[in-house]
Amino acid sequence: MDQAVVITLTVNGAQVTRSVLPRQHLVDFLRDELGLTGSHIGCEHGVCGCCTVLIDGAAVRSCLTLAVQAEGRAVTTVESLAAPNGALNALQQAFQNNHALQCGFCTPGILMSFTDFLERNPDPSEAEVVEVLSGHLCRCTGYAGIVSAVLEAASRRNKAS
Amino acid sequence: MKAPSFAYAKPRSLTQALELLERPGAKILAGGQSLIPALNMRLSAPELLVDITGLEGLSKIEVRNGSVRIGALCTHTRVERSAEVREHLPLVAEAVAHIAHPAIRNRGTLGGSLALADPNAELPACALALDATLIVAGRKGERRVQAAGFFKALFETDLKPDEILVGIEFPKATKSVFLELARRQGDYAIVGLAGVSRGAEKRIALFGLAATPVLLKPKSLEEAKKALPTPNGDLYNSPATKRHLAGVLLERAWTRLS
Repeated sequence: MDQAVVITLTVNGAQVTRSVLPRQHLVDFLRDELGLTGSHIGCEHGVCGCCTVLIDGAAVRSCLTLAVQAEGRAVTTVESLAAPNGALNALQQAFQNNHALQCGFCTPGILMSFTDFLERNPDPSEAEVVEVLSGHLCRCTGYAGIVSAVLEAASRRNKAS
Repeated sequence: MKAPSFAYAKPRSLTQALELLERPGAKILAGGQSLIPALNMRLSAPELLVDITGLEGLSKIEVRNGSVRIGALCTHTRVERSAEVREHLPLVAEAVAHIAHPAIRNRGTLGGSLALADPNAELPACALALDATLIVAGRKGERRVQAAGFFKALFETDLKPDEILVGIEFPKATKSVFLELARRQGDYAIVGLAGVSRGAEKRIALFGLAATPVLLKPKSLEEAKKALPTPNGDLYNSPATKRHLAGVLLERAWTRLS
C-alpha cells in the first residue's frame, strides 16, 4: 500500500507532472510541491474555507480533495488572479477598496469562491453573496466589508461590459 | 490533521471496481466530502480507496414516466441546477440547497450522502419521504432496495461492503415541503423535515431525531405529533427541545401539504 502515483494536471494554466502519495491533500501538493502558498490551511475538515481553489472552474475545498483526484483537471489558485506585474484584478481591487480583509488569512479562499460565483452570477443579490460567504470563516472583518466588495466587483464588471 | 496512508485505485469499469472492493480494507471514494474529513480526523483508516468517479454512466439525470432516476455520482450542485429535478422533484431541489456550502456541493454526491446515512443529513429523509428505490450493483448483478429498508441504523445501510450504490429512482412528486432548523446556514440540521403529499396520502420524514430518518404517514396533524419518537439529544439541544422543534416543523409543513 501507500504507493506513489504519477499525476499530470494543469495548475494556473501550466501543465505539471509529479509523483504523489495518495494521502496527500491537494492543498499540501500546491503548497509543498509547487510552492503555491497562497492557498491557506485552516481547519483541514472543510469548515473554514481558507483552502478553496477552483477545479475546472468550480470552487472546491483543497483540504477535502486528494492530489490524485486532480489528475487530468485544471486547478486555479489565488496566485492566478493578479497580473504578472502585480496589478490586482477587479475582485481583489474591490476587496482593497472596501477594507474586506485585515489579517488576510481567509482571503484567498473567499476570492476563489467568489471568482467561481461571479462567473455564474454576474448580478447577485446581497442575500446570495451572504449565502456563499457562509461557507467561509473570517475572524477579523465582521463580513460586511467582504459583502460590499463582492457587490462592488459585480457592479463594476457589469458597467464595464 | 493529515489522512493516514492508504493505496489508491481508479477503476474504469464497474466490474473492475467491484473486483477491487473485494480486497481487504477497501473503501469507496466518490466525492469524498465526508470520507476525507473522516480520514483527516483519523476516524477511518482504509487500506485501499477505490475512486469510482471515473465510472461512466453514473452521473445522468433521466426523466421516466412516473419517476426521475439520478445517477449516484451526480454532485449536489448538478442536482441543484437540474431543471428536471426542480420540475418533478422540487423536494430534492430545495433540500440540496441546505447541504453545506457551494464548494462542498461541487464535489459531494447524491450516492455518497445516501450510502453514508448520516442521521442529520437531508437526502436520506428525502429518499424516505418520496419512497425512492435505490439501485445497488454487486458481482451478481443489480438489486433494488426501497428507501424504507435501506437505512438500517446509525451510519448503517443495507449496502454490503462489496456493493456499489449506482442510482436512485425517485417517484415524481410536485406537492412537497422541505424545512430545516440549523444554527447556521450550511450546518447539519438540529431537526429537519421532508414531506410529500400524493392524493390523500402524506409521507413525512423527520431527520435529526433518531439514528435514521423517521417516516410518518399521518392522517392528521395531531396524529403526526403523537407519533413523534422521543428524540436523541445532542451537545446543544435536549430531547425535549428537539421534540418541540419537530412539532413546530410539523405544524408549518401541514398547511403546505394540505
